[in-house]
Amino acid sequence: MVEQDEPNQESLTHGVDFDALRDGSEQPDTVADDSPPCLEVEGLNLHYDEKQALNDINLYVKEKAVTAFIGPSGCGKSTLLRCFNRMNDVLDNVTIAGQIRLHGQNIYDPAVSVASLRRRVGMVFQKPNPFPKSIYENVAYGLRIQGVKSRRQIDKSVEKALRGAALWEEVKDRVQDSALGLSGGQQQRLVIARAIAIEPQVLLLDEPASALDPISTLKIEELIYELKRDYTIVIVTHNMQQAARVSDYTAFMYMGDLIEFGETKQLFTTPTEKQTEDYITGRYG
Amino acid sequence: MNSRFQHWLGSGDPWIWINAGAVSFSLIMVFGLLGLIGAHGLGHFWPSEVVQFKLVEGQDEAFILGEVVDQELASAARLRSLGTKVPQGQEFVQRLLLKIGNRDVFGLDFKWINELVIEQTARPESVIVLEREEWGNFYGFATGIIEAEKQLSIAPEQVWTELSVRLERRHELQSQIKKIEKSEIGGINFQLERLRLRKRSLELKNALTANAGAEIEAREQQLQAEYETLNAELSRLYQEQARDVLLAKTVGGDEVRLPLAQLVRAYRPNQMSVGEKIAYYLAKLIEFVSTEPREANTEGGVFPAIFGTVMMVLIMSLFVAPFGVVAAIYLREYARQGPVTRTIRIAVNNLAGVPSVVYGVFGLGFFVYFLGGSIDRLFYAAALPAPTFGTPGMLWSSLTLAILTVPVVIVATEEGLARIPRAIRDGSLALGATKAETLWRIVLPMATPAMMTGLILAVARAAGEVAPLMMVGVVKLAPSLPLDGNAPFLHLDRKFMHLGFHIYDVGFQSPNVEAARPLVYATALLLIVIIVALNLAAIMIRNRLREKYSGGEG
Repeated sequence: MVEQDEPNQESLTHGVDFDALRDGSEQPDTVADDSPPCLEVEGLNLHYDEKQALNDINLYVKEKAVTAFIGPSGCGKSTLLRCFNRMNDVLDNVTIAGQIRLHGQNIYDPAVSVASLRRRVGMVFQKPNPFPKSIYENVAYGLRIQGVKSRRQIDKSVEKALRGAALWEEVKDRVQDSALGLSGGQQQRLVIARAIAIEPQVLLLDEPASALDPISTLKIEELIYELKRDYTIVIVTHNMQQAARVSDYTAFMYMGDLIEFGETKQLFTTPTEKQTEDYITGRYG
Repeated sequence: MNSRFQHWLGSGDPWIWINAGAVSFSLIMVFGLLGLIGAHGLGHFWPSEVVQFKLVEGQDEAFILGEVVDQELASAARLRSLGTKVPQGQEFVQRLLLKIGNRDVFGLDFKWINELVIEQTARPESVIVLEREEWGNFYGFATGIIEAEKQLSIAPEQVWTELSVRLERRHELQSQIKKIEKSEIGGINFQLERLRLRKRSLELKNALTANAGAEIEAREQQLQAEYETLNAELSRLYQEQARDVLLAKTVGGDEVRLPLAQLVRAYRPNQMSVGEKIAYYLAKLIEFVSTEPREANTEGGVFPAIFGTVMMVLIMSLFVAPFGVVAAIYLREYARQGPVTRTIRIAVNNLAGVPSVVYGVFGLGFFVYFLGGSIDRLFYAAALPAPTFGTPGMLWSSLTLAILTVPVVIVATEEGLARIPRAIRDGSLALGATKAETLWRIVLPMATPAMMTGLILAVARAAGEVAPLMMVGVVKLAPSLPLDGNAPFLHLDRKFMHLGFHIYDVGFQSPNVEAARPLVYATALLLIVIIVALNLAAIMIRNRLREKYSGGEG
C-alpha cells in the first residue's frame, strides 16, 4: 500500500521529499538516540468505567523529535495522547493507573498542578477550535491566563507565535478581525500558534489535519517539520502516509495495546510484529 | 374528481393552508388587539367638537351642550319600558352619549339622549371647554373676568384673550407652588421625620444626653423656621393665584364663578384649526405620560405609574439576573449530573408554572411580614409601631417578581451554557487555564446572549404581572415616587403605582366609569408600549453581544 501511494504523496508534498530530509545528515535537529527521553510512559492502564481502554502501555518520547501514534479507530491512541496533558481528567468516569514522567517527574503526582502541566504540554485538537475572539486575542489568550500584562511583550509573543505557525504573512493586516473568519486550514494553524505562544515543551497534535483539505494538510505537515526544531511533538494520525512523512518514531496501537514502537523508518520497512505489518500493508484497519 | 381530491390531499397543500391560516389568524388577533386599544386609547385626547342640541318641548331642559362620545341603536321596546315616548312602528331609536361635564351643576357628567327629543343641532363658536382640577370639565360660555373681587370692564370678545393671559400667569404661580410644596417643604418634612427618629432611637438606647437632645432641638427649630418662611411664601402665592375668577354661564343660563386657580386648561374646540387641534392633542399626550393623576385617577397623567413599573422591573432585573445566572452556572458546570440535579431542574421548571398570585401570598408572608418585620425590629425600631420595611413596598415587589421570574433566567442560561461546544472549553483548558478561568474568559462571554434572552423573557413577564403586586407593594395612589431628591434618594420601602394595577383600578374601581373608560385603553396601550420598549432595549443589547461572540448562539 505504501508503495502504491507514493505518486499520490509526491503530488501532495509538491516535491518536498520528506524521506530525504529525514536522513541523518540532513537532519541536524534530530536528537541522538541515547539522549534522555522527554516523556516516559510506564505501566499505564486506563479504564472508562469498567471498560479497559489502555493496557499496560510502556513507551518513551524523544526530545525535539516527532513521535506518531497510529492504529485503527478506537485503538486508544487519542486516549493515550490525552493522558500526556491530563485532558482525560475532565471526564468523570476515567481511572488511570501507572506513571507518565515528564523530564523525570510523574505528571499524575498529586503535587503537580494540572494547569501548570498543560502550560508545559500544549495540545491541538482534531477540529480547529478558535475562540470567538480576534486573531490577536486567540494567540494572546494563554499569555493573559499566565498573567502577562505588558502590551509590548504580548505583541511580540503573538507575532512570534504567528510566524512560528506560518500564519503571520496571511493575517498580519487583520489580527484584530474575528478568528472565525479564517479558513479551516488557517484556523488550525492559528490554534497551533495559540499553543506555541506560551512556549510549551511538548506539543500534542490530535489528528491535526484530518478535517482539512490536501493543501492545508500539506501546510500543517510542513509546519510540523519546522516546529520540530523547538518542540517535542507527539502526533496522533490515522493516516499512515502522514505518519511516515512527518515522524521520527512511530507507535502502532491496537485494541488498547501498544503492539510495536520504534523508529519510523524501521517500523514501516521492517516491522517486527505481524500485526503491524498487516496494518501498514492495509490488511486491516 | 375523487382522485384529484386524493392527489390534492397527498400533495400536502391542505397542511400548508392550515399552517398559513394559523399564522394569519395569530397576526389578525395581535393587530386587532393593538388596533382596538390604540383607536380607543389615542382618540380620547383629540379635542372633539362641542354640540348644542335644542330639545323639543316637554323635556327637563331646553338646551343641552356636550361632546358626543358614543352612540348606539336602542330598541324601542326598551325605551318604552323606561317611559320614553316612541312613535308606533319604529323599532330602533338612535341614542347619543353626551359628555356634558359641569358635574358641580348637573351632578353627573355623562347623559344619554335619544334623537327623538332633538329639535335642532348647532355648533356655537363661542363655546369654551375648561379643564378643572376638580369636578371634571366645564362646558359653557365665558362672560367676564373678576380681578380681586372687581369685574373688569371688557367687551365679551376680549374675555378669551384676557383668560389666556391670566391662565398663563396662573400656571407660573402653580409651578412655583408645586416646587415649594413638593421639594422644599417635602424635604423639610423628611428631615424633621429623620430627626424625630434619631431622637427616638437615642431614647431607646438610653443614650439621649442633654447635649444631643439640645442639638436635635436646635436643628428642629431651625427647620421649623425655614418651614415658616416657606409657608408664608406659599400663602402669598396661593393668594396671588386666587386673584382671578372667570365668570361663565352654562347652556341652561346658570351663572357660575370659576376661580382661575382651579383651571388647568381652556380651549374653544369649535374654533380650533387642525393645527391647533394637533398641538392640543400632543399637549394632552405629554400631560398623560408626564403628570400625576387627578380626580381619583380619571384625569391627568399616569407618570407615577410609568415610573413605578419601569423602576420595579429594573430593580427586579438587578436581583434576578445575577442570581439566576449563578444558579444556572452551578447546575450546569459544577454540580454532578445525576438524579439530584435532574430533580432540581424539574422543580425549577415547574416553579415557572406556579400561579403568580401564589408568589404574592408568599411575598406577603415571607418578605413583608417575616423579613420586613425582622428588619424593622433590628434597624428601624425607632419608627415602630409604624412599619418601615414591614409593609408592602418597592423592594418586596421587586424581590417577589424576581422569584417569580428566576426559573426563566435559569433555564435560558443553562441552555446557553449547554450549547457551548466541548471543543472550545477543551481548547482553553489545554492552554493551562483552570476551569474557573475558562468559565470567566470563554464560556460566560459566549453565553451572555442566552442570559439576555432569559432576562428579556423575565422582564416581559414581570412588567405585565399585577396579581402578586397587589399584595406586596402596589397602591392606587402613591404620595411620592420611590426616587426623589431626599437622601438616600432611593426609597425602596415606599409603595408605588403600577400601570397594570392602574388599568384595573381605573377600569373597575373608578367612581366615574364613562370618564375612565378611554383612560383604560390609553393606559393599556402605554403598558404595551413600555413592555415593548424594555424588550427592544434588551434585544438590542443581546444582538450586539451576539455579534461580538458570533460563535455562541443565544
